[in-house]
Amino acid sequence: MAATTQFRTCPTTGLKIDLAAQSLIKANAVAAVVFLAIGGLFGLSIALTRWPEIHLLPVDWFYMALTAHGLDVLLCWIIFFEVAVLYFASAVLLNCRLAAPRTAWVAFVLMVVGAALTNVTVLQGESSVMFTSYTPLRAAPNFYLGLIIFAVGALVACGNFFGTLVIAKEERTYEGSVPLVTFGALTAAIIAVFTLASGAVILIPTWLWSLGYINHIDPVMYKLVWWAMGHSSQQINVSAHVAVWYAVAAILLGAKPLSEKASRLAFLLYIFFLQLASAHHLLVEPGISSEWKIFNTSYAMYLAVLGSMIHALTVPGTIEAAQRKLGFNKGMFEWLRKAPWGNPAFSGVFLSLVMFGFLGGISGVVLGTEQINLIMHNTLYVPGHFHATVVTGTTLTFMAVTYLILPLILQRDVMFPRMAQWQPYVFGLGAAGISLFMMGAGTLGVPRRHWDVTFADSPFGFEFPSAAFMMLALNGLSAILAATGGLMYVVNVVASVFFGKKTADKPMKVAVPVSTSGQPAAVGAYGSAGSLNIPGTITLVTIFFVSFVLYYYVNWKYLAEVWPLR
Amino acid sequence: MAVTPPANRLWWNEPIHIVELGWIVIAFIWGLVMFFTMVYWHSIGEQNLANETYKVVPQSFAAKAEAMTEKYTVRDEVGIPVVRPPPGSDVYLIARIWSWWPILELEKDQSYRLHLSAMEYSHGFSLQPVNINIQIQPGYEHVLTITPNQSGKFGIVCNEFCGFGHHTMVSPLYVVDRS
Ligand code: HEM
Ligand SMILES: [Cu+2]
Ligand SMILES: [Cu+2]
Repeated sequence: MAATTQFRTCPTTGLKIDLAAQSLIKANAVAAVVFLAIGGLFGLSIALTRWPEIHLLPVDWFYMALTAHGLDVLLCWIIFFEVAVLYFASAVLLNCRLAAPRTAWVAFVLMVVGAALTNVTVLQGESSVMFTSYTPLRAAPNFYLGLIIFAVGALVACGNFFGTLVIAKEERTYEGSVPLVTFGALTAAIIAVFTLASGAVILIPTWLWSLGYINHIDPVMYKLVWWAMGHSSQQINVSAHVAVWYAVAAILLGAKPLSEKASRLAFLLYIFFLQLASAHHLLVEPGISSEWKIFNTSYAMYLAVLGSMIHALTVPGTIEAAQRKLGFNKGMFEWLRKAPWGNPAFSGVFLSLVMFGFLGGISGVVLGTEQINLIMHNTLYVPGHFHATVVTGTTLTFMAVTYLILPLILQRDVMFPRMAQWQPYVFGLGAAGISLFMMGAGTLGVPRRHWDVTFADSPFGFEFPSAAFMMLALNGLSAILAATGGLMYVVNVVASVFFGKKTADKPMKVAVPVSTSGQPAAVGAYGSAGSLNIPGTITLVTIFFVSFVLYYYVNWKYLAEVWPLR
Repeated sequence: MAVTPPANRLWWNEPIHIVELGWIVIAFIWGLVMFFTMVYWHSIGEQNLANETYKVVPQSFAAKAEAMTEKYTVRDEVGIPVVRPPPGSDVYLIARIWSWWPILELEKDQSYRLHLSAMEYSHGFSLQPVNINIQIQPGYEHVLTITPNQSGKFGIVCNEFCGFGHHTMVSPLYVVDRS
């Protein structure tokens, strides 16, 4: 095979790019964007339904759209994109051919078929069980079958990634250790294998159950195993988008990790300590002891949180160090003020970094605290939290890096550069809005996955405070903004890929040319600078830490005010 | 650079700067603090979810709830009995599509052993506006001791999706001052 592999040389980075890998990256990224468009539309429609004054969809459509939304964005959009990231981080960054392009296409087809099968099944209306499909709710067999096929495809794609790493090592296409970004992607892929295995363990029996071959699946056991997939897969996302943060900082600003050791350790913590965090989905479940809950949320989770907290310093730190090296050295924040805010790849990544940390990270730890979960479980606080992680975090990051992938990998100029400039801001603001307002509504008790919180059809009813309705209205407005930002992205990507001008064969303008010819660095140097000078980052991280501690204890105070129970 | 192999092949020998190391230590200690806060709350906090749970067949749970209801019904509302069990007693609440059964009337500042279970699907016990949220599963009988410390009319909203009638699953819960 190796003999037939065709390469081109990237004029910006000097990297050799396997053309087969390039087509696969394109196919997977395009599929991802298509599912984002579909899923985003569902998202808008449910947000408008939850806005009581509008109440867009009828009840059966609402739950169907909610099921489809979760599947299309969380599974399809993100995983297709991650496959593209894996191929990029292996074949492209390591100057290597992709291990087995043909099986990679098989993986792609499996994923498309699986995703389509599940979507069609959901749209037939008999499978509105939410993407979590908690038993004993029962979907049509093809719902589970589609997911299984999709997962098998994703697993094959991961196999290709591992294979490529092996080939790169054997054929010595790089020197020394793999780049940090590839290491992050490797973390993601390892977690993905664990995740997909858990998925098989739970989805195959559930499929058989829906066909009638198995007659009982314990609902608590189901949740435990399902979340071993459902939660760990979120750690795939985090690993992948943190890897992308480092990549974008490196490509645009020539940023070097402050310390390879610390950043890699942080990725390793994800692998070691995340799996049991599925426990934090079971905090108010019957039949599970407090000891088990505390042990598994904190031993497992807080060390994974530690990983994220390390990145919270090192990612802005590498950016600051790189900017200072470029001469933006005045005062505490010149490096930030004069950062390339007009470049959507940078602005998207930085907004994502800040919002993921402040909104998603803090709320996640609070929500995952054994006792505090009592005042938040299954309220809108939960989707509020995870829209901050998967939307302002992962999704915004993936959008941002698309603006680099387009010219560098897909060799197309971005068709509407002005629109691209605005896009991360519009989408970021909207996404921050839906996160915050859903969290706000949840704090006031509004349930998630609920068609009508005015309870008009119920003999009893309950009246939520008017502030809750205001939150839902603001959530609807933010959803319109986010959907607009999403549309700006989708239109731009699709237009550029299919009708865009082919990139001229000259290097893209970046702050520091990326070079793979590895200039030897002084041994003992701290990352980008000879000595580490990152006062701005230290200030930001201090603000983050203080907010974290305050918000954490405020919630204990809220908890202390509710009815005593034991 | 993060997209190229580490320039220093022996990167693991590079020192970690004191700023980075300091932050790692702080973050780690914070993790420990959060861990011990949860443990500590079990000894001093008044809001800890009970661990008492039994496996139960839905019909036998329903039978217990019916027996209690027969004894303590004080009136009914839209066909659903309102029960006022004595303080300290075992109180049963059934979650089923798409109602809570029966309606409870409790006394303020008294404790009750509340038994929760579901008949067919999972449901979510969400006491509003207090905002206490507990998962209810079919086949599991979860027993918790609750002490209402406010009087008034409260709502129990189902907050686990349980089918197309999910949004109608709400019922009042009354807490009255001791007479
Ligand atoms: C235009 C952008 C988006 C809007 C307006 C939006 C809005 C919403 C709303 C209103 C809900 C329902 C809350 C409820 O009733 O329980 C929801 C649920 C959800 N969203 Fe989004 N969303 C958007 C994008 C995304 C993206 C990009 C992702 C993932 C990457 C995502 C993942 C989810 C998931 C997993 C759920 C939970 C579904 C469930 O409860 O079964 N959303 N979204
Ligand atoms: Cu229910
Ligand atoms: Cu329900």
